[in-house]
Formats: sequence, C-alpha cells, structure tokens
Amino acid sequence: MHRADKTPRNLCLALVVLLAAGIIMPNWLTFLATVSIAKGMVVVGLIVLMRTGLVSFGQGLYYCLGGYTVGIAGNYLGITDVVGILFLSVVVAGIVGAILGLLLCRYREIFFAMLTMAFSMILYGVLVKSDNLGSTDGFNVAHVSLFGWVPSSDGVSIVIYSLACMIAFLTAFFIHRYFQSGMGFAGDSIRENEIRVEYLGISPRRVIFYKYVLAAVVAAVGGSITALVAGHVDPEMAYWTTSGEFVFVALLGGTGHVAAAFIGAFLFELIRTVAFDLSPYTWQMILGITLLMVILFLPKGLWSLITAQRTGRG
Amino acid sequence: MDTILVILIDGIVYSSWLFIVSAGLTLVYGVMKILNMAHGSLYAIGAYSAASMVGLYFSAGYVPWGSYAVFLGAAVVAGALAGLLIERGVLRLMYGRDEVIMILVTYGVLLILEDVIKLIWGVDAYFAYQPYSLVGRTKLLGITFANYDFLLIAAAVSIGLLLWAGLNRTRQGKLLRSVIHDREISVAMGINVKRTFLVTFIIGSSLGALAGGLTAPALSVVPGIGVEVIILAFAVVVIGGLGSVGGAAVGALMVGICRALAVHTFPQVELFVIYGVMAMVLMVRPEGLFVTTTARRI
Repeated sequence: MHRADKTPRNLCLALVVLLAAGIIMPNWLTFLATVSIAKGMVVVGLIVLMRTGLVSFGQGLYYCLGGYTVGIAGNYLGITDVVGILFLSVVVAGIVGAILGLLLCRYREIFFAMLTMAFSMILYGVLVKSDNLGSTDGFNVAHVSLFGWVPSSDGVSIVIYSLACMIAFLTAFFIHRYFQSGMGFAGDSIRENEIRVEYLGISPRRVIFYKYVLAAVVAAVGGSITALVAGHVDPEMAYWTTSGEFVFVALLGGTGHVAAAFIGAFLFELIRTVAFDLSPYTWQMILGITLLMVILFLPKGLWSLITAQRTGRG
Repeated sequence: MDTILVILIDGIVYSSWLFIVSAGLTLVYGVMKILNMAHGSLYAIGAYSAASMVGLYFSAGYVPWGSYAVFLGAAVVAGALAGLLIERGVLRLMYGRDEVIMILVTYGVLLILEDVIKLIWGVDAYFAYQPYSLVGRTKLLGITFANYDFLLIAAAVSIGLLLWAGLNRTRQGKLLRSVIHDREISVAMGINVKRTFLVTFIIGSSLGALAGGLTAPALSVVPGIGVEVIILAFAVVVIGGLGSVGGAAVGALMVGICRALAVHTFPQVELFVIYGVMAMVLMVRPEGLFVTTTARRI
C-alpha cells in the first residue's frame, strides 16, 4: 500500500522546534547542537556513498577543506559574510571533489576506503608543514558578518546555530528527495549488484562520481559550520581519526534515512561529552564499546529501531 | 656522496622498521581479510611492555646484555595475550561481515585499547634508552650511526625470512596458504579454519607488539604512538598489495627511501611524500603492486 511521505512535514516540524529551542537553550547546548549539525552534514554525504556500497575513510579531507576555506577567506581574502564564505567552500569542495571523483569512481570496497584516506592524509601532511597557516596549531577564524550586519560575539553563536538549522533542513529535504529519485535508487542497485546496473544501461561510474561530489560538498559545508562556531581550524580536521569518527556516526545512526545522520551525530556528541565528563581516562573506551555494540546488535543503526516499530516488526 | 649514503642508510633503517610494523598487519589481512586497525594498539602495548620491562631489568642490575631477550620476550607475550583476547572476545562474534565493517570493528577495539593502555601504564612517558646506547655507535665515512639501527635492519630481514620460510617451507604454512587462496575449499578439505584464524591473529598481534618492543628503546613511549603508526602501516601494505608479505617488504622500501629522500632534501614534504606514494601506486595499480586482479563475480 502506498503511504504518503511524512518526511517533509516532519522535517519542517523539526526545523521549527530546533529554531524555537535555540532561544531557550544554554550556551553549551547550542554549541553542541551546532557541532552536531555540522558533523551531521558530513555524515549525510557519507550516507549517500554508503547506500551505494562505498565507505569513504577520507571525508575529513572536505571537512578540513571547508574549515580552512572559512579561515583563509576571513583572514586573508577579507570575505567575512557567512553566506559568501559558505558559497566559496562549496565551490572549492566541488572542484576538488570533481577532480578526485574522476579517479575514485573506478574504485570499490576497501580500495576506495584506502585511497580516500590517503588523499585526506595528504592534505593533513601539507597543512602540518605549512607554517603560514599555523602548522599543527591551526589558526583562529576572523569575526563573521551576515549581509553587512556584524552580530555581537554573544549573538554570533545563535546566528550560526539558526543558519546551521536552516542549511541542515534544506540539505535533508533535498537529499531525501534525491534518495527517491532515479539517481538515488541507482545507488542502492549498485550496492546490490553493479553488473546488472550496467546491463540496464546506467553507468555506475557516473552515478558514483556525482554522489562523490555531492558528499564532498555537504562535508565542506559541515566543516565551514564547525569552523564558524568553534572560531578555530587545525589540521586535525583532516586526520584519519576525524574521518573514522564520521563513519562511526554513520553506522550509529544508520543509512536508512537522512535524518538518522543528524540524530546519530547529536547522540555521538552527547555520548562523548558525557563520557568525557564522567571519566576523562575512559571516554574512548565507552565510545569503542558503543561502536561494537551497535555493530553487533543494530547492524542497520539506531534508525532501524524506528522503522521496526513503524512496520510492526521486531 | 655523503648525503646519498645517509639517505640510503636512513631509508633502509626506516624501511626495516616499517616492514616489521606492517608484516603482521598484512599477514592477518591475507588470511582473515581483516584490515586490523587495532594493530597500532598492539604496537603500543608491545612498546609499553618492553619499556617497563627494560626499566625493571636495569634497576634490578642484572647483566645488561640479557635485557634484549627479556624486553623483546615481554613484548611478544603481551602481544600474543592481547591477540588471543581480541580474537576470542570480539572478532569471533563478527566473522563473515563486510570487510569495511570489520575495519570499524577493529577501530572500536583500537579505541578501547587506547584507554586500557592509559589505565595500565598511565599517561606519562616511558624511556628505555639502555638497550639503544648499549650497542654503541659506528662512524662510517665521517658520519655517526647508532648500531641499534643496524640491529633493526637485521631484525627485519630475519622476520621476513622466517615468515617466508614458515609460509613456504612448512606443512602449517601450506595449510595457511590454502586458506588464503580459498577459504571455502579449505573448509571442505578439512582444514580447521577457525583455529587457523586464531593462530594467525596471535602471530600477527605478536609481530605488531614485537615491532613496538623493538622501537621502544629508540624513542619515548607516550600515549598515541599506536594511532600514528597504524596509518603508516596501512600505506605500506596497501602499496605492496594487501595480504602479500613480499609486497609489504617492497612497500616498506619504497616508502622508507622516499621519506628519507624528502627528509634530507626537502623536509616540508615528509608526510606528504608517504601518502603521495600511496596515492600514486593506487592510481596505477588499484589493488597494490603484488596482487593479481581478480575477475568480477556476477
């Protein structure tokens, strides 16, 4: 039986709730929520790839690229407008993603994972050795403005939070529609059986290329938001542990729905913050055990709990 | 001329170290198809065990030369124990899953082990320089080299030869190779693949820990050394072709020499070079240098 798609309605509701919550949330929670949204953006890109059967261990490359674009645009090019900056990082990531995508669309499975990881480590290696950009310490990002209006330093976090909510809403809406388009289904089919997809006259490489560029662009936006809210960028953003974290979150949330990325990211940040507060020496262990438990008992991520309930299974 | 010599020797020393680190990793992948991220933690466990053993040994004041057997033994035993625990406790529950998922499983193990190491050994640095200074230094063409580095080369060569002989000249090695080639047929022929997995993982873990133990005297053992090492080992085994021990040797040589070249001529590109070589090789040979491409299954 065909059921009306409730996702757009739910996404609108979520946006209203999130924007309203921004007014009453304490500062630390606003920060946590903004970072979660930023990381959720990267994970959305990862989900697009994972639905095609590809796991990138190098999304940190675009995350870092987005962050550094913000930093360089503000400090060296004098661009402080948030929308301008975000546009710039989309363009940069789009170009880099298109160049690397041409190469990467030939790779599958573990080789895709390894080559994406190599590219992100190359960027890390370059940034660590570039003294002008602060080497391993990175540098602080200049104060930003919005259409000529410069918010006070207290107000800037709420402005970025609201902006991040709206960007996340638009992305989630667009990607949700994309998953139901021909291109979206082509990804699922490639994961199931690539050769049959070729028989149908679709070029898997082309499909993967577009998905890779899409993932690159949303990851860069996520990196830009992180840079804006944290006010600081460093090469750690491109290190392999950062990329590993994104894959962790994607697995935690599951690839079943675009919203799972944001829910997963928020839960991840929450677990990490709480675990770090409770026991500074064992927070990684708690994360590791969580990861193993999810893989063992919820192979399709937390989102499978929601779908199981809805369809009456499990 | 001198620079070339220095580059060559530095490169070979670094390559030996890389090979020791990655030999266990590639062996485990070859047999079990698991790219073990926790290998870095095993390396760290070996380094910490060796370092604390060196400390105990020298403060007790036994014959200095005996320390080598003790600290390397400690590293191997610690690695084997950790390997046993990981295989029995975690990996056994996950067999049969996707290769990429297995990477994440071992990533979880890595996160857990990182904190276990901190709980056991604390966050302070350990120094175990005695075995390093004990063997002294050699002057070669006016340049001083630490003899310990030459020991590292010897260790790498012996580990490589032992692995080769073990795989190619023994009955157990032959069984192992049949598992590498085709797991299903091996099971059908009556090979106990589960036990093979356990033994391979223990050997791989001990090799990782031995690498850590051998390195401990040459640097300060601090939290986080495992995380840095694993990514280098990945580069090496991916270049050589996953699962190929000979490939790991060639990969280690390529990365080692290139890095030494970069360090001595243009130090800014040191890190860039390692991953640059990896990316270049993968661009030309997507599955690494020493792996024959398999046909696609429909």
